[in-house]
Amino acid sequence: MAESRSEEVKLLGMWVSPFSRRIEIALTLKGVPYEFSEQDITNKSSLLLQLNPVHKMIPVLVHNGKPISESLVILEYIDDTWPNNPILPQDPYDRAMARFWAKFVDQQIYVAAMKMVGKIGEERDAAVEATRDLLKLLEKELVGKDFLGGTSLGFVDIVATLVAFWLMRTDEIIGVKIVPVEMFPEIHRWVKNLLQNDVVKNCIPPEDEHLKYIKARMDSLKIKSV
Amino acid sequence: MGDEVILLDYWPSMFGMRTRIALEEKNVKFDYKEQDLWNKSSILLEMNPVHKKIPVLIHNGKPICESLIQIEYIDEVWPGKNPFLPSDPYQRAQAKFWGDFIDNKVYGPTRLIWGAKGEEQEAGKKEFIEMLRTLEAELGDKVYFGGETFGYVDIALIGFYSWFEAYEKFRNFSVEEECPKLIAWGKRCVKRESVVKSLPDSEKITKFLPQLREKIGIE
Repeated sequence: MAESRSEEVKLLGMWVSPFSRRIEIALTLKGVPYEFSEQDITNKSSLLLQLNPVHKMIPVLVHNGKPISESLVILEYIDDTWPNNPILPQDPYDRAMARFWAKFVDQQIYVAAMKMVGKIGEERDAAVEATRDLLKLLEKELVGKDFLGGTSLGFVDIVATLVAFWLMRTDEIIGVKIVPVEMFPEIHRWVKNLLQNDVVKNCIPPEDEHLKYIKARMDSLKIKSV
Repeated sequence: MGDEVILLDYWPSMFGMRTRIALEEKNVKFDYKEQDLWNKSSILLEMNPVHKKIPVLIHNGKPICESLIQIEYIDEVWPGKNPFLPSDPYQRAQAKFWGDFIDNKVYGPTRLIWGAKGEEQEAGKKEFIEMLRTLEAELGDKVYFGGETFGYVDIALIGFYSWFEAYEKFRNFSVEEECPKLIAWGKRCVKRESVVKSLPDSEKITKFLPQLREKIGIE
């Protein structure tokens, strides 16, 4: 692999996006220096439209001028390109399982959690229940493990920071504990392990600013729904 | 080598077709087990407790779910002479990007074409054609999505091709008029032995579509 100093690595992302933060975790874990370009998703830059013409979404990783989109695809690209500190396991079956759970986080948990946004009463309770049902599967996966990747931080952990630091931070704001410790002791133990990892700790949004941002977003959504 | 490979599948599934093709391409012998999705077998529930969906690939007793993950698994376990995914990381990423695109952007509109009514159905048709055009632009003048070799994206998309006739007859339009290059690609793919073996006749799917609507409870 080429020396990192000869590489040009740029990330188009948003400080508050779990999808762009996971790319920062992977790059930092690999020791790859990168330039971060904060994007305004309400007013998309011509650079973003040019680099991701199909989805027009962040994150986009630009490596020596070539763009890669979709966070799970980017994570695998990073692992293929900079093989030190691997994030995916080596064994094909374990790799398949890691991909399965990563997809599960993005296509099931994330989708279910988004249905809670802006809902009240029974509708919200149903959405919370549906999300918890999915989290129970993640809870089961964590039994006897420090990380979803086993003994160290891996692909699924990086993806599931979405649960640990977005879904679980939202908890306090919407007024329902979605992930109570009595119901999800393993997930809470895992979040503590994540927070002991310097890379994760430094790559997640600072809690105060993050909560302020989520609050403001929730308020704006409420106003719209009235 | 004593590998036991079982595939839990359902014949009209474009996702199951992917895995059938991938196994055929690698000359892996497998035991095909047709599933009744309206009366799920205990083996399906046991092997895919999370989604309870086909296809499930069971290799020496261990289940792998989700067709794109299965294709990649098959490619990693049986690399052979013609890998589905290129070895260059950037090319690999591009192939996976398009695989993801097919699942997230093409499948949804196809459901609207036959499962929705009125405006929604029309919107589904428009969206479907638009997504196919995006794919056609990506294909360009290449023989296959992977270039000269039949690969990951080709496998991901070709199952849909067997459904085109059903959509067309149902909604009275022609994919060929909209995307001639894509149809030419499909015709090239269905000449491959692995594809011939794995894709049902389009006519059979066209006849099946009204039955599917009935099973799901769409009038």
